[in-house]
Amino acid sequence: MIPNWCPGCGNLPIWGAFKNAASKAKWDNTNTVLVAGIGCHGHILNFISITSFGGLHGRPIPVAEGMKLANPKLNVFIFTGDGDCLGEGGNHFIHAARRNIDITVLLHDNGVYALTTGQTSPTSPVGYKSKSTPEGNMDNPLNPLALAIASGAAFVAREYAGNMKNLTDLIIEANRHKGMSVVDILQPCVTFNKEFTHKFFQENTYYLDESYDPTDRISAIEKAQDFGSKNIPLGILYLKYL
Amino acid sequence: MTDVFSLKIGGFAGQGVKSSGLLFSKFAVDSGYNIYNYVEYPSLIKGGHNVIQVNISKDAVLGPSVKTDFLIALNQETVGLHLSELTSKAKILCDADTNIPKLPAGVTLFKVPLSKLAKDSGGGELLGNTVALGAAAALLGGTLKILSNLTNKEYEGQRFAENNLEAAALGFRYVLENYSSKRIDLLRYSKSDPKIVLNGNGAVALGAMSAKMEFSAIYPMSPISGILHILAKKQKEYGYIYMQPEDEISGINMAIGASFAGKRSMVATSGGGFCLMTEGLGLAGMTETPLVIVEGMRGAPATGLPTWSEQGDLQFVLHAHQGEFPRIVLAPGDLTEAFYLTMEAFNLADRYQTPVIILMDKNICDNDQSAPEFDISGYKIDRGKFTAEKVKDYMRYKLSEDGVSLRTVPGSGNFFIANSDEHDEFGYSSEDAENRISQMRKRMEKLESCAKFDMPKPVLFGPEKADVTIVSWGSNKGSILQALKKFPDVNYLHIVRMNPFPSDAVKRILRGAHHIIDMECNYTGQLASLILEKTGIEIKDKFLKYDGRPIFVEEVEDKIESVLKGGK
Repeated sequence: MIPNWCPGCGNLPIWGAFKNAASKAKWDNTNTVLVAGIGCHGHILNFISITSFGGLHGRPIPVAEGMKLANPKLNVFIFTGDGDCLGEGGNHFIHAARRNIDITVLLHDNGVYALTTGQTSPTSPVGYKSKSTPEGNMDNPLNPLALAIASGAAFVAREYAGNMKNLTDLIIEANRHKGMSVVDILQPCVTFNKEFTHKFFQENTYYLDESYDPTDRISAIEKAQDFGSKNIPLGILYLKYL
Repeated sequence: MTDVFSLKIGGFAGQGVKSSGLLFSKFAVDSGYNIYNYVEYPSLIKGGHNVIQVNISKDAVLGPSVKTDFLIALNQETVGLHLSELTSKAKILCDADTNIPKLPAGVTLFKVPLSKLAKDSGGGELLGNTVALGAAAALLGGTLKILSNLTNKEYEGQRFAENNLEAAALGFRYVLENYSSKRIDLLRYSKSDPKIVLNGNGAVALGAMSAKMEFSAIYPMSPISGILHILAKKQKEYGYIYMQPEDEISGINMAIGASFAGKRSMVATSGGGFCLMTEGLGLAGMTETPLVIVEGMRGAPATGLPTWSEQGDLQFVLHAHQGEFPRIVLAPGDLTEAFYLTMEAFNLADRYQTPVIILMDKNICDNDQSAPEFDISGYKIDRGKFTAEKVKDYMRYKLSEDGVSLRTVPGSGNFFIANSDEHDEFGYSSEDAENRISQMRKRMEKLESCAKFDMPKPVLFGPEKADVTIVSWGSNKGSILQALKKFPDVNYLHIVRMNPFPSDAVKRILRGAHHIIDMECNYTGQLASLILEKTGIEIKDKFLKYDGRPIFVEEVEDKIESVLKGGK
């Protein structure tokens, strides 16, 4: 099937990066399985010829855990969204992190419920106006990176969807790392989120350099707090060797 | 001895009431008798009133009774609470300082210094229950050696093992020395076939292991936690995975993931947990993933009566989840049925690639019963249409006559999507109307196939022609069959297959019935509603109970008698 996302959608480069990664790392139907939840991200299963399980909203992580336990030889990838992973499925996310089964979570983080035509999500900023918060969002956004690190995930990273080449390598690295890997992918929703645009991410993100030590858990949680003008770090924030 | 002798042990939670009852029932079984245990306990760990009733007979004992022939009161409160249940020749065994203000006429009192002898055993006052067991064994004509062997086995390797042995012996000898002329011959050793003593939770766990279950994720909840306790302990030995999920939603999704990856999978919960599993139930149905779900019913709704029994979830499990998809629902009536149906459930799940629910009530889950040893020699694992090989032009949801398509696993080289969205034959999401119709028909056809190929007729106990026909399900089976021994002209239709429902067979039996009584532990008569829906037969005479207690043998007898006398 051909992708049916909006032109300019951040899902398109994520799809491209994953396919590049699969081709580079030789993931195919003999060794790999994909799981997705529900949201715009979930459509991705229809556009990749690797066996997959399209689950329920909020529940891809436990399905993936069951698969990995059933067949540890499989590379298990989870495509999930901010609503899917942190709203409906928040409980599974934190418990999977402390359990640290060897799975890779690719979090399509666009800060909005897009498939339901534009409501506030757990990562929408305070003041964000949407159909569900016409006067502006009153709730503080969740920080998926800090949450993952605090809960015990072994590999925690962030990338912007538009950096397809780097995202490709990061997905491969995340998969290779033992334990639960979380890649928070900043993904513009060109239709419903006018704040987190391609331009916004291009102007305000930067890569962590070699002086940053991702194995220091406390400084990683501190670094994960940064989000704002010219201050959104990309790359591997936290690494733990199991 | 063909009559049932009912022994009751009462005390506060933490006094070892349940474990004493289980030990005593095993003692009775080792002495050559049959038992049925009924436990009552509140939802707390220490304090509160706990009771276990051990029903003993040379013949099979099938259900709990109201009456008490022998009361072991481990505390003062027990006497007051159970005095009214005593039969006219009952015996009471209690500690020396227990105060019994008004002993009913005909009842004999046996005071044994339980606390003192327990202290003498070196294990402290807490071993009073073991002293009482020793004394009771002696009063009922049992053999000390059998009790000692059993105590040895049960406490092997534990702290106070020696002391327990000594405590039982002290109790036994005290009776020989002080009440030797009052001993009766109830538990004199008598040879019999080997038997097991087990409850329904144990039967399900053993059934799953016998069916080569490979994955299980169970969140603790009364009354099914006993299943996970066994599964967790035995996983290394038997090579399956048990894990504790963060909630029931996760549990069922993990099991679906493991099943999708090719492993026989099971979850277990009670009604409240099943509420959370409801969305996963439909996911298994839609993605055609085999799954066994055990639902142990307790008093509901909400937290309800957590440690008491009910049969209020029948219509719930039959209808849970939005929309329509095939589900198979089996309701065992005792531990033996629970064992064999669990094994069968795994085959049915694989054969029809859909969820199979085993619906039990708390009485089956928790009540120990003696039964003939299980025989699994006739069991064959059937994985249904399944391949782990690469198949040319593979389509996961290929249309087929019986509704079942060839299933495979990730890693096999085959491509497919197991899709919660409506999908085409490959699994790609599809909203096409014609495809929707064909996939709906395919899924629903599986239920027809199951009804055609996999539905034994319900069992009618008793004579074909009867004055009164009782219809019921679940643990009520035991009390009804026990009562039927007194009524040769009454029969019992036991329903196990709730979906697909054996409509024709039930219709045939009930159409010819003289007077039908529906017996259930719920408020609305949910089985009667199902029978009406499936057969058009309305059962007017309903005996319904929803106080958390089981239907006792005497209640069945009274009901039959009043109907036979022309009343209701």
